[in-house]
Amino acid sequence: MLDLFYTPFAEFEFMQRALVGVIAISLGGGPVGVFLMLRRMSLTGDAMAHAILPGAAVGYLVAGLSLPAMTIGGLFAGVIVAVAAGLVSRFTSLKEDASLAAFYLLSLALGVTIVSLRGSNVDLLHVLFGTVLALDDSTLLLLASISTITVMALAVLYRPLVLECVDPIFLRSVSRAGTPTHLIFLGLVVMNLVGGFHALGTLLAVGMMMLPAAASRFWTSDITMMMLVSVLIGILSGWSGLLLSFHAELPAGPAIILSAGAVYVISLVFGREGGLLWLAWPGRHLEA
Amino acid sequence: MSAAPPAIRFDEVTLGYGRRPAVHHLDGEIQAGCLMAVVGPNGAGKSTLLKGIVGTLKPLEGQIRCHASRGIAYLPQAAEIDRSFPLSVYDLVAMGLWSRSGLFGGISRQDRARIDEALAAVGLTGFERRPISTLSGGQMQRALFARLLLQDAPVILLDEPFTAIDAKTTADLLDLVRRWHTESRTVIAVLHDLDMVRRAFPQTLLIAREPVAWGETVEVLSPENLLKARRMVEAYDPHADVCHRNVA
Repeated sequence: MLDLFYTPFAEFEFMQRALVGVIAISLGGGPVGVFLMLRRMSLTGDAMAHAILPGAAVGYLVAGLSLPAMTIGGLFAGVIVAVAAGLVSRFTSLKEDASLAAFYLLSLALGVTIVSLRGSNVDLLHVLFGTVLALDDSTLLLLASISTITVMALAVLYRPLVLECVDPIFLRSVSRAGTPTHLIFLGLVVMNLVGGFHALGTLLAVGMMMLPAAASRFWTSDITMMMLVSVLIGILSGWSGLLLSFHAELPAGPAIILSAGAVYVISLVFGREGGLLWLAWPGRHLEA
Repeated sequence: MSAAPPAIRFDEVTLGYGRRPAVHHLDGEIQAGCLMAVVGPNGAGKSTLLKGIVGTLKPLEGQIRCHASRGIAYLPQAAEIDRSFPLSVYDLVAMGLWSRSGLFGGISRQDRARIDEALAAVGLTGFERRPISTLSGGQMQRALFARLLLQDAPVILLDEPFTAIDAKTTADLLDLVRRWHTESRTVIAVLHDLDMVRRAFPQTLLIAREPVAWGETVEVLSPENLLKARRMVEAYDPHADVCHRNVA
């Protein structure tokens, strides 16, 4: 019975690779997701995930399903959309969420059109939903590098990032680190989305960022712990999602995100920090 | 006035948004060690003036010269902090050490002692581990004053620090302001309570977009000056011409 939980990984190399890939994605995506959530940028993350598509699609148009071409294209498109949305919101009266929505709808439509110009429906599915069960060495290396860079960059930027969320005016009054911090952080978001894109596709990549982060909020009110919990939830969902897809013969990407979604719903109901159950039955009030 | 160099000097400063002035042609200087109140009706440009001094708002014209540019501690109006962020009171207060610790610097045992001291000075001992979301308005303001204490800056700007704060907390925090004054720091506070200004602040700038009066509080807060300030026209003129004052 227990062997159901590990034999697929012991027996099949593609399952091992998928697990390693998902762990790498969780290590970088979890903490980035926590900061996205705390900065009220969850939807920004979602929009940027879609914005990567046309870039990756152009890479695909030029070089087929090639890792470097699609990565570079995706990075380019992500950065351009992030910067453009930022500029539009800064210099016009349109708020950032509205301008991001405009840009990502445009990108998604453009991306799908570009892919269908040359490719088949299979390729389109590949781009939209990823191929977590077919990760080769270079993709794994890319995912691992991205999570390494992300964790190190967050360690360096931790203080200004937190400060920029809580009290941006204070940060501005003591330091000039605010704007570069914000830009580097957006860069990290794009990088992690491009990484997630290879495994989970442009529509689901953001799931491994936001679902573990949102779930972690229900278990702790300490940011450091929140990042740790989100990584653990990411790994747990990856592992259970892969098993689910293996045993029930479901597509792997959606199964992973569904698992993360299940963890989120469980956290929402049972979480110690403001979960629904504790809200409904808080217990009698204390003396002081 | 003493011969010491001024802490802040204004050269025909106009601050504003778009091209509309909110502070119009301010000229003069604030002596180092001065305890000054900024008063005036709503929309008179008081907060704008502080933003100009901190440097978050660039003047439309003129120049603000500050001789302690890296050493300004600024307390904006309370509403601008994200209170839902999962941060402890201790960490919020510890941010005051930024100018010494910066991006990476560790927090030494001495620093920890100073954080405890600051928390004690504002009466928040025992609140260290509390998330900031659980603080009341007054407690939050106490925590922010503790952060100001740690910043240890020669120039301190306070934007309506006592608005919606009860009498006890106001008295405690006002004691801190007096302590800063005795330590010869420059303190500039935007205030609405004129009795408090008369009691505690030797210098006053009365502003209603244009500076109305500036100097000793007793003289500035005369009935004629206050009436003049009250007559300020709040709405701007949509057909306003370009200002040519002081153009040679």
